[in-house]
Formats: sequence, structure tokens, C-alpha cells
Amino acid sequence: MTVSEIERVPEILPVSAAPRRELEEIWKTKPGIGGWFSTVDHKEIGKRYIVTAFIFLVLGGVEALIMRVQLARPEQSLLTPEQYNQLFSTHGMTMIFLYALPILSGFSNYLWPLIFGSRDMAFPRLNAVSYWIYLASGIFMYVGFAIGAGPDDGWFNYVPYAERPYNPGLNMDFYSLGMIFLGISTTVGSANFVVTFLLNRAPGMSLNRVPIMSWGTLTASAANLLVVPSVSLAFFMLWMDRQFGTHFFDVSQQGQPLLWQHLFWIFAHPWVYAIVLPAMGMVSEGLPVFCRRPLVGYTPVALATVATMILGFGVWVHHMFATGLPTLALSFFSSASILITLPSVVSVFAWIATIWLGRPVITTAFLFFASMIVLFVIGGVSGFMTGSVPVDWQLTDTYFVVAHIHYVLIGINVFPVVGALYFWFPKMTGRMLDERLGKWNFWTMFVGMNLAFFPMHLSGLFGMPRRVYTYPAGLGWDTINLIVSIGAFLFAIGVLLLLANVLVSLRGGRVAGANPWDAPSLEWATSSPPPSYNFAVLPEVGSLYPLWEGRLGDAAARSSLAEGAVLDHGRETFSVTPLEGMPDLILKMPGDSYAPFILTVGMSAGFSGLIVHWWWLAAAGAALTALAMIVWLWPERKLAQIAGAGYG
Amino acid sequence: MVDTASAHGRALTVGAIARRGTGWWGLLTVIATEAALFVYLLFSYFYYDVQFGRGWLPDPPSFRYSLPNTIILVASNIAAWVAARGIQRGGRGRLVVGILVALLLGVAFCVLQVLEWRSLTYTLNANTYSSVYFTTGGFHLAHVVVGVLILLLLLLWSVLGYFDRLRHTPVLIGTAYWHFVLAVWLAVFFSFYVTPYLW
Amino acid sequence: MSYLSGFGNRAYPVVQLTWGVTALSLAVIVICTGLVLVGTLRRRVRGTGAVDQVPIAPGESGLRWIVISVAVSSVFLFASLVGTVIVLAAVAAPSREPKVTIEVTGQQWWWKARYLSDDPSRTLITANEIHIPTGEPVHIRLIGADVIHSFWVPKLTGKTDTIPGQENEMWLEADRPGRYRGQCTEFCGWQHAHMAFFVVAQPPMEFDNWMAAQLQPAAAAASPDIQRGENTFTFHCGMCHTVRGTQAGGTVAPDLTHLMSRSTIAAGTLDNTPGNLSGWIANPQAIKPGARMPVLYLSGPELQNVRTYLATLN
Repeated sequence: MTVSEIERVPEILPVSAAPRRELEEIWKTKPGIGGWFSTVDHKEIGKRYIVTAFIFLVLGGVEALIMRVQLARPEQSLLTPEQYNQLFSTHGMTMIFLYALPILSGFSNYLWPLIFGSRDMAFPRLNAVSYWIYLASGIFMYVGFAIGAGPDDGWFNYVPYAERPYNPGLNMDFYSLGMIFLGISTTVGSANFVVTFLLNRAPGMSLNRVPIMSWGTLTASAANLLVVPSVSLAFFMLWMDRQFGTHFFDVSQQGQPLLWQHLFWIFAHPWVYAIVLPAMGMVSEGLPVFCRRPLVGYTPVALATVATMILGFGVWVHHMFATGLPTLALSFFSSASILITLPSVVSVFAWIATIWLGRPVITTAFLFFASMIVLFVIGGVSGFMTGSVPVDWQLTDTYFVVAHIHYVLIGINVFPVVGALYFWFPKMTGRMLDERLGKWNFWTMFVGMNLAFFPMHLSGLFGMPRRVYTYPAGLGWDTINLIVSIGAFLFAIGVLLLLANVLVSLRGGRVAGANPWDAPSLEWATSSPPPSYNFAVLPEVGSLYPLWEGRLGDAAARSSLAEGAVLDHGRETFSVTPLEGMPDLILKMPGDSYAPFILTVGMSAGFSGLIVHWWWLAAAGAALTALAMIVWLWPERKLAQIAGAGYG
Repeated sequence: MVDTASAHGRALTVGAIARRGTGWWGLLTVIATEAALFVYLLFSYFYYDVQFGRGWLPDPPSFRYSLPNTIILVASNIAAWVAARGIQRGGRGRLVVGILVALLLGVAFCVLQVLEWRSLTYTLNANTYSSVYFTTGGFHLAHVVVGVLILLLLLLWSVLGYFDRLRHTPVLIGTAYWHFVLAVWLAVFFSFYVTPYLW
Repeated sequence: MSYLSGFGNRAYPVVQLTWGVTALSLAVIVICTGLVLVGTLRRRVRGTGAVDQVPIAPGESGLRWIVISVAVSSVFLFASLVGTVIVLAAVAAPSREPKVTIEVTGQQWWWKARYLSDDPSRTLITANEIHIPTGEPVHIRLIGADVIHSFWVPKLTGKTDTIPGQENEMWLEADRPGRYRGQCTEFCGWQHAHMAFFVVAQPPMEFDNWMAAQLQPAAAAASPDIQRGENTFTFHCGMCHTVRGTQAGGTVAPDLTHLMSRSTIAAGTLDNTPGNLSGWIANPQAIKPGARMPVLYLSGPELQNVRTYLATLN
């Protein structure tokens, strides 16, 4: 094995002759605690993301249940106003930032190299660091909550209330710095997804043959690269106002409270698409399997995904309709907000048509994927209603919006995620989730969710404002709130049933083969769970549904799964041309490394120093971060980054 | 039958060469996201400007330091470009000299920038203008410092003989980042120093 | 607080549009839910067949489903857009020049209302209960004093924020007498939940009478008891509250000159009864924790004095 070889003809072998033991040696994570901190295995990182995100989902859920006990009856004093404010703010922050995107990053991280027929993401160490930073920033923000200094101005954190005169404690500082910290994870994760999508695919996987679910994460990632800096900047400006007396939002100088809202919503509106488009992709991926036919309209759905996000950059002002902006601006943003419904119509009817024209097999996964269509429509139309400015002037800041956001978040993120779990759990663990427990899980979640959130449309239409720790009796809101609280607890039981199913099935679930669902995509062509090297020989792809070739009424099988390149001169995988998927390079991939973890430690020290104004600690943290980055980026011979002998 | 996009029998390059490979594309995503940051900073500046109209500026900032500094940064970028072209043709000498010149000029930029700030009558928290001026300039200077660090590493790696006609992707990545830093400076310079005279 | 029905020219077009989009939305929900249900049930695989035993059936491309749904949706969405723009134009400005302008300041956690007038002696400052004449558009100018609040009286109009550093303009109109409840609808801190107000619409004659009565300063103390009460009040409360005609001239809290003419206290939190008023004065923090009004630790007799005095402020 030459370390500085320039070119090679990849060795092609049949799968039966592949050197599996050698590949395992090359790709496996070091055993023991060292391996735990240094692994760059995308499957391991994906599972960590999923588990951590579910923990935050449960934490956020508990916060919600406490609030629902307080709100079940009018004028209760179970919670003080400040406790309630911290609960609703932390609940929002947890669900929207610490659960909703990371869970989708987790599934994408686990699945992408497999569905692309590759061995790893484009940047394995960056992948590890994006997880560690996510974990560290989540802990950072929860430390604040644990010491009674959680965010208390809502997840949207409007100024002037977030400024020091009104909020002197550490609450806003934990939130500001924590969000900047988390933004780093989101950004590097997004960069990884974009480059992986472009380059790390199997030969022959042209752009019209990438699995439909990857369009969702690609779109979300490209958008995040462009909009996360907006919110990071806003939080940085707020932190500066609070620590150093700058005047970004301070009206006593020329500060502008509305600038906060613009910078925040320029980020946060695309963000809400980022947290649903990948999940919609998972529905587009899984639903057809349970309808035993290809998805209706692959190309329209892929285009609609991108169109939604592009339009999504142009609607942020619809969160600001009540701020006194000029009518012309309001008309423009209202029109855009109404029209953005159209790409969603494409996806919804693609799914409906797939069900109608297929043969539905009603598994638990199918139930979650099909029911999300109904929840999507309900959330979508309530969003459409708020898109009309005069109507929004009544609806905004009432429980109608709370109903809307939970229908879209639970309907277009949580339900697809649970469906995805039932669908891909066999691949990740080698065991099936229990179907009977699954049906109980589904029905409690579905009934509970609708019982909890549908009545909120009514309390909103009856004038109940949001973000209130209590409400007066006799305004028509009392019974509705009681029903909502009961529904919330039923929904929580449903979530518990899911966790129970996972725990029970991990040990005793039915053993799954490589492809228990007879699904079409590449991840089902390898064992369950996959080996560390994903594929013993790398597949070559000839169609959109490699494992269904020959059964779709098309020409004879065109993909090559039974034989392919073995690429075993170290950790290697292909890089292809972005559009046609022609093989371009043999990429040398980095192995396990402590640098990502150490970098995160340095960054955590840095942010910790900033929040308590121990500038020496902040500087030391920054220095450690820089050092870790230098070690990480140092050119290595075995990664073919250093000049070979004899050339000059 | 496998169609033409196949690895069968084809000799493929191993590892990144020039701008092929994941590293270069990774840099492009970094540039996209950092450029977005400066877009939002300048958006904030112009938002304040539009809200207040003329007169929110104390005095327009002076060209005394900023114009020479612009020339210094452009010169530094030319040196970096020469260095990159050099190694693409196998010229190790040009690489080292180019990077060294770019590095020294980059340090000069930092020094002049700090001197300019110290010459100003207002501090960070004097008013909204000063807040956005120093924050934007500060973010840019931070990117320059990172760029200087990158040039230093490239210099070290060049001297250690890591790069040749084939393997020099870090040089392309590092110098491209430096060009990006210049582009940001030109946008910042235009917005803060030139537009006050335009309207 | 429901806005499924409303009153006044600012509300009627919006109520119609609201019902229109609601009906459209409900129809869409019914249709799509029906499609999913029927689609699932009609060709489903019966029994407990394992998924991988059911053969793949490629079927037709199904693209016409997408084409038709997008085409039909476009028509309705465009119609909604047109409706939106029409209603927006209809409510952008009142049909005639408002004769009453009220400057409303939202501050933590109450509403100050200042009736503007060219004649300084006819400028009225009051709090939390805003009277307007029926049949007339009323111009509201919204001022932000501390953090962002939002002025909303759902039966009459949509909401507009009070934002520090800018003035927002809106209008409303009541076409019949009534008492309309409003509430702050932008999260503003601890007592956001208890920041309500009332808009009381009266026929023009009654409104003028109300105005005239409100403009009067407080009546002079009619008895030594009341005088004692006034002294106690001025000493403990005058730093923050104003009662015109006395030494109490504080401006950071609601003007109490005609406190007894209001039906609620503490920004709509409590009915204005003697018991509630006593309880509020004795311990505002128990009712609105975090409110800017501190616990004054008045003794029993002091509280009694203040109550006696306040009862005269009609």
C-alpha cells in the first residue's frame, strides 16, 4: 500500500470475495472509552443525535405538562409568573432548537452515507464535532435553567424586555451565548450535509437518482448556512448591549427594537422550514414502501421542497404584521405568505396520490406517515389563515397560533420522526419494533395530540392571548383549557409507549434481516445493523429504486450491487461529479480523532468564561479551540495531503 | 449492464488535487455563511441609516488610515495569488515568498486598523453608530487575524515541503479565504467610508 | 373576547374575511382527510400480511393528481389574496376624519390614555378604561414606554403593538354602545397575563357628559375623615399616582382622579368593589406578583382612611 500514490484503478470484486475482516479493522471504532470520545462513525454519531434529541423532547414535554397543569383551570397559582415564563421559554427553545433539527440531523447522519452508497460523510471529524457542540450547548443552556436563570422572554426573545434594565439576571446571557454556541453546531453540520450531497455518492447516482429524502436535508442545510448568521448576530448584539452598554436595541440612543425582530425572523422563518422539510422527505421515502409503489411525482416533490425554502426566505415579516409597518410592505409579505402554500400542495397530493394508487399495508409506520398528511393539512390551513394580514391582526399572539405551530411541529416533524423510527429501527438495531404496542402508541399519540391542540384553535378564536401564566374565568376559555390539559397528558402517555416499545424491542424484538420491508433504497442492501464500513463493495447505481429494479416494468436491472469497488487501501470512499455522479476521486477519509472532543471542551470553556466575565478563561478556551483546529487541519501523509517524493 | 458512470477499469486520482475534493467545497460553504454574516451586519447599518436619515453619523469616518489599509490588503492578496499560482506550476520559492509577503502585509493591516480605532473620538458604546461601526470592523478584523494565522500555517507547511505541483489544496483554500477577507473589507469600506459622501 | 363577531366599521370587513378563510380551511381539511381515509381503506392489504410479501405494483405516474390540486388551490389562494388586499384597503383608514384622538401608552402593566385636544384644559389623562363616542371613528396613537406591548380590543379591531422609539397609528369605531374588553397581546413580562382594559362606547351625548365629569378635578374633602384620608393617600401614594386637585401628582402610575367611575381596577384584573380595592392596596403583590406597585405595609387605620378617601373619587 503506497501512502503517496497519485492514481489507482479501483479493484472490483464480487461481494462474496470482499475482504470483510480487513475492512472491519480499517473502519471500526477503537474499543473502550477512547473510542467513545474519538469515534467519527456516522452511524454512531447519528444514533447519539437521535438519543440526545429524544431526551430533550422528553424534557420539553415535561415542561409543557407542568404548564398545562397550571393552565387547566383559571387563575391558578401553582406557578409564579417568572417560573411560568421560564417554562414556556425553555419549552420553546428546547423543542425548536434542541429537538426539532437535531433529530433530523441524526436520521440524516445515520442514513445518508448508506442511502448514497458511500462509506462516510464528507467530513467525518466535523460530523463528530457538530454532535459534541450540540450536546455542549444544550447542557450550557440547561445549566442556566437548572440554576433558575433559564430564558424567560420566549424563544423569540424580543427587546427591550430582553435588555438588562428589564432582565438583569443571567437568563438572557445563557440564552444569547448558548444560541451562538449551538449555531456553530448547526452551521458545521449544514456544511457537511451540503458537501456530502454534492460529492459523496455512489458512481451512477446522478442528481435525479438521489433518494427523495435527501432533498429535504440538503435544502434545509443550504438555507441554514445563509440564515443562522442572522440570529447569531442578533444574539451577539443583544449580549453586547447587556455586557458593554452598546446601543443596538437601546432606544435611549438610536437603538431599534424592530431590528431585533427583523434579524430574528429572517433566520427563524427559514428555520421552521428547515425543521420540517427533512421530515417531509422521510415521509416521501417511507410512505411509498408501505403503499408498495414508487412515490408519485419525484421531480415535482424535489422541486417543491426547494421552492418552499426559496419562498421561505421572503416571508419573515408575517411574524411582524402587528408592528405598524407600512401597508405596502404588509401586502407584499401577505401575498408571499399565502402563495407559499402552493409547493406544500404538491407534497400533500403526491402522498395522497401514492396512497390512492398503491396498496396500503397498515403498519405502525404507515399510520404515522399517513396521519401526518391530515395534521399537515390542518397546520397548513391555519398558517394560511394567518397569512392574510387583516385576519392575522386578530389571530396573532392568541392560542390560534399556538394551535397552528403545534400542528405543524408535531404533525410535520414529530409524527414523521416516529414513523421514521418504526421504519428504520430494524436497520439501526437489527430488530423490529413491536407492531401491537406500536398501534397503541399511535392511537394514544394521535388522539391525545388532537385533543390537546385542536381546541386551541377555538380558545384562540375566542380571544385567549398566548404566553399568559393564567387567565380570568368566565371568558369562554375555561372548559377548553381543561380539555387541552387532558389531551396533553394523553399525548404524553403516547410518547411513553413509544419509549417503552423502543426499550422492549431493543432486547426482545423480532430479529430483522437486511430488508424486512422489501424497500427499494441502498441502505436495505446491507446488513441490519450495517457493518462499520457500510458496504463491502461499493454499489454502482443505475436508477432511483435500485432494489426494485426489474419489478417496475422498466428495463432489466441496471444497478450493480453484487460486485463493485472494494477501496480497502485505508479508509476510502468515492467522490463523484455533482450532477452526473461520475466517479471523480478516491477520497482518503480521516479515522478516529480526539480533536473534535477537545475542540468542544475548549469552546465550552470559552463560552463559560464569557458568561461569568472570566476573560482569562474565555481566552484560554479560545486558545485550546484554535490549537485543536490546527492539529485537526495539519496535513497528513495518509490522507494524501502531502506532496509525494520525486515531485516538485 | 452498468452504464457509463462506472468505476470499472477507470484510473482515479487518489486524494484531493487542486480544487477537486471535499476541502475546497467545504471552504465555499464557510465563505457562504461568513459572507451572510457580513450581509446582516451591513443590513443593520443601512437599517439604522434609513431609520434616522442624515445626521446619525457623528462625522463620516476618515480615509487617513482606511485608504492605505485598503491598498495594503489588496497588495497582500496579490502576493497570495502569486504564491498560489506559483505552486500550481511547481514553484516552491514563489509560494514561500508570496505567502511571507502576504502575511507581513496582513499584520500591517491589523496594526493600522488598531491605530485607526485609537485615533477616533468615540468608543464602542458611545452611541448606536459606534456600536455598529466597531462591531462590524471588529468582526472583519477577527477574520483578518484568522487569515493571518492561516497564512502563518501555510508558510510553515510550505517551508516543511508539504506542497508541490500536485498536492497544494490547502494553499488554494487558504488563499481563497484571504481573497474573501478582502472582498468583505471592500464591502465594509464602501458602506462605512464611501456611502456617507454619496447621499 | 371572541372576534368571530365584531362591531364597527373597522371590524365588519375583517369578520367577513375571517369567516371566509375559515370556511375554506375547514373544507380543505374535510376533503383531504376524506381522501387520506378513503385512499387508505379502499385498497388496503387485509390480514396481517408482512409488507415484504405484498408485491410491488408500479401503477400509473399519478402526476395529474398534482397538476389538478395545484390548479384548484391556485384559484382559491388567489381569491384569498384578492380578498386580503381589498379588506386591507377597506380598514386602512377611517371613512372620515376622526374627531377624537387618544394617545395610548402601554407600560408594564397598565394602559395610560391621554385624550388630545387643541385646548390644553380639555386634555384628559386617565387609565385602563377608555370611553369613546359611538358612530364616530376614533384615532388611536400608540406609544411604547418601556417594552413592547400590543393594544387589542377584539370586538372592535385587530391588534397593533406599542413599540418604544416609534409611534404607531390605528383607528377604531363602535357603532353601538357597549363595554368591550381588551388585553395586551405581546409578551411583556411578569404580569402580561393581567394587563387588560375596557373600551366603553357611549352615545355622543353621554360621552360628552363623561368627558366633562372626568375633566373636573377631584372634589374637595367634605369632612375631616375624608381630609385625613386624603393626607394619608397623598403621603403614601402621591409619589406615583395623580389625583387632580390635590398634592398627589405622580405620573408613573394610573391617574386616580375619578377612580370610582371605573368598573375594574389593576388593569382589568379585579372588579372595582370595596373589598377588592382594599385587598389590592393592602397587598398588590399577592394579586399581581411583580407589579410595580409595592406593598405599602399600611396599618389598619391607614388603610381605612385611604379607602374612605378613594370612595369619594367619582
